[in-house]
Amino acid sequence: MIEFFNLPILINHYLILSSLIFFLGVTGIFLNRKNVISILMSIELILLGVNINFIAFSYFSSDLTGQIFSLFILTVAAAEAAIGLAILVVYFRNKGSIDVKDINVLKG
Amino acid sequence: MYYSMLFYIFSFFVIASSIGVITSKNPIYCVLYLILAFINSAILFLFLNAEFLAMLLIVVYVGAVAVLFLFVVMMLNINIEEKKSKFLKFKPLSIILGSIILVEFLYFLTIDNSTLEKLSNTTNLEQKNNTISLGNILYTDFALLFQMCGVILLVAMIGAIVLTLRKRPGVKKQIIKNQVDTKKEDVIEVVSVKNNEGT
Repeated sequence: MIEFFNLPILINHYLILSSLIFFLGVTGIFLNRKNVISILMSIELILLGVNINFIAFSYFSSDLTGQIFSLFILTVAAAEAAIGLAILVVYFRNKGSIDVKDINVLKG
Repeated sequence: MYYSMLFYIFSFFVIASSIGVITSKNPIYCVLYLILAFINSAILFLFLNAEFLAMLLIVVYVGAVAVLFLFVVMMLNINIEEKKSKFLKFKPLSIILGSIILVEFLYFLTIDNSTLEKLSNTTNLEQKNNTISLGNILYTDFALLFQMCGVILLVAMIGAIVLTLRKRPGVKKQIIKNQVDTKKEDVIEVVSVKNNEGT
């Protein structure tokens, strides 16, 4: 047990962590058929996994570009969350529900 | 040793709270789990010498995006219903589709480890101050992308305002144009009153 904790943390650990978070986000998108807010939160989880990936590679390859791209991802994610929630508010005002199964006007 | 142990502890918290995000019935608990995941991953960013991004994650995500989610959840007044049948219906599909992605990722990690090991053995970044180093390349090499980020945020702000703005009938508002355009003759009437007849 002690030997296990003496092993150094390599980039593999961070990559496994980020792929787990990405997996949980993708699973959340399919799992949540209740409301759209859960889907938006799952998208945030996916972006968090991508950010961890970028920053881990930035650290282990000694290049700050990864952190810059993580910064841009944060910006775009904030914009996306704002627009998504605005659309959600407008939709709720018109339909009175944000259940995913009620969004079937296009019959897609 | 402490470093490894701390990494495992915080990774465990990130993954556990991510599971909480996708399985909670109550959307407010979902948002609170999301905040926990963001704070713990900010601590993981600190391990990776990304202090500026760690603080940015707390300020932007916990301070702005999560609070925005909370506002919307409270404003929409969603009824929390137990829909076990729906939940179970989509459970196998979601687990299978997610597992495929996970297995693909983990397979690529095991397939060729030499590049990753080379990466792990390089000397780490010699930087005095993470914020200064980031700013040095953000404002020079990535200046155009930085400006585009600003434009994206501006478009998002205008879009959100335009989407949610609505005109309610019957609400009295101050219309400045009408106030400025008002002439003296429109509002003042000069009446010549005879003596002893004005009341």
